[in-house]
Amino acid sequence: MKIIETNNLIKRFDGVHAVDRLSIGIEKGQITGIVGPNGSGKTTLIDLLSGVLEIDGGEIIIDGTKKISRLLPHQVSLYGITRTFQNVRLFEQMTVLDNILVAETERNVFGSFFEGHAQCHYKTAEEVLRKVGLLENKNRLAVSLSYGQRKLLEIARVLAMKSRIYLFDEPFAGLFPEMRKIISSIIQELKRENKTVILVEHDMGLIRELCEHILVMDEGKLLAQGDPGSVLGKREVIEAYLGR
Amino acid sequence: MTHAAFYGIGAYTTAILLTKSGVGFFGALVLGIAIATAVSLLIGVVLSRFKGDYYALGTLGFNTIVFGAFLNWKNLTQGSLGIPGISRPELFGINFTNNFNFLILALIFLILAYSVARFVANSPFGRVLKAIREDETVISVFGYDTLHYKLVVFVISAAMAAVAGSLFASYITFIDPSGFRVAESMFILAIIILGGLANLRGSLLGAFFLILLPEVMRFVGFPSDIEAQMRQVVYGVILILLMLYRPQGLIGEYKL
Ligand SMILES: Nc1ncnc2c1ncn2[C@@H]1O[C@H](COP(=O)(O)OP(=O)(O)OP(=O)(O)O)[C@@H](O)[C@H]1O
Ligand SMILES: [Mg+2]
Repeated sequence: MKIIETNNLIKRFDGVHAVDRLSIGIEKGQITGIVGPNGSGKTTLIDLLSGVLEIDGGEIIIDGTKKISRLLPHQVSLYGITRTFQNVRLFEQMTVLDNILVAETERNVFGSFFEGHAQCHYKTAEEVLRKVGLLENKNRLAVSLSYGQRKLLEIARVLAMKSRIYLFDEPFAGLFPEMRKIISSIIQELKRENKTVILVEHDMGLIRELCEHILVMDEGKLLAQGDPGSVLGKREVIEAYLGR
Repeated sequence: MTHAAFYGIGAYTTAILLTKSGVGFFGALVLGIAIATAVSLLIGVVLSRFKGDYYALGTLGFNTIVFGAFLNWKNLTQGSLGIPGISRPELFGINFTNNFNFLILALIFLILAYSVARFVANSPFGRVLKAIREDETVISVFGYDTLHYKLVVFVISAAMAAVAGSLFASYITFIDPSGFRVAESMFILAIIILGGLANLRGSLLGAFFLILLPEVMRFVGFPSDIEAQMRQVVYGVILILLMLYRPQGLIGEYKL
């Protein structure tokens, strides 16, 4: 079953068609890779699916039935979607622990006013921080973390969201092998929990290792799709990467 | 930025009720809070449609409108003549005409306001506010409707400003519109920046500093005809020095 589909989705930036009449489908419970050369519209697609950018045309369909042509950021999590950012975006002047807790607490204003500090929130927060190896750093400010730790914190934060659909925009970029290993095992664990993962990534080794299905984008359009083995060998895909 | 307006609403509500009706200070205080809450809710919804510079302009406009009302709604506020003869509070037989008693009352309100602010800052609600300050897009994507959050703090701070205005009116026993100009909002902003953004103790320190400063300067002995101007100059120089050397304020955590 397709958990997310797009139908002729469009996003333009003064003249540039960053996403150009794109129609794709993402299978539920799978890890779907999105690859494509720089500037092919991968991040723009993630931004559209997470309400960060306004849709210029077409629609997003969730669970095969909910058709959306206008998606506000705060509605995204209601559909069970959460994401990371290509350029890590943390709550810099807050502690590591607070960065996680804020992903767990009551969304309603009055609820959050009187909620108090529930023990279960701390428990989950410590659990996800342990998973990414940041537990000892829980009281440090996010801004003081190293580049790799920042990427890991962002991943811990979306894990605390307990969503159905995880969008990762280049989570491995610039990381050392041991950190890559942590993230790749987290993604595999999400799959075992029957979550849906969309993974934007340039490293074809990782794509082959993790993804069952990949979509190749070029100039905002879908160039090819299928299982990584067959798609990555295709001539037009190689040409798109090398540049004609 | 709209503090002067709500401060004024609190002050005028108290002044009018205490001089023209039988309502006591605490009744007037409650009504002032209620009016400030209602007005801030309305204005907050309107202002939330603006962003950045336009938001700043909108708040300035609102301040100006309220100031205009104080000045021109003469049968209610007596315009620029002001309202004299506001009485001091009385409660359980304790009379606050005595300045020392009033100080105690003001301190009690300070402690109350500080506790409310602390409670807000340390609750999950306050954590969301911090996250909004850090990155509004991200916290929205996590499912928080940031407009609601911003509206609620706006209303809380308006209510607090009204309390301050109420106390002020009853303490001074005379108010006129000049105390509620836009410049007062600027002054309050300066207090916060001086003390340190995002830090409650910083705001207290900033208030002490900026309010005691003129008293201290009295001893420096500027000629009295330029004393007021010199005070403005000293404020300006202090703010510029802070921006240059301590952008996070005296004890703040957040750099502007
Ligand atoms: N905010 C923006 N304003 C203007 N143009 C933009 C904006 N964001 C993206 N673009 C343009 O849209 C196109 C797609 O960019 P996008 O970031 O989606 O590519 P990408 O596939 O994620 O690339 P990369 O692999 O480098 O991350 C590019 O031509 C880019 O210059
Ligand atoms: Mg990108």
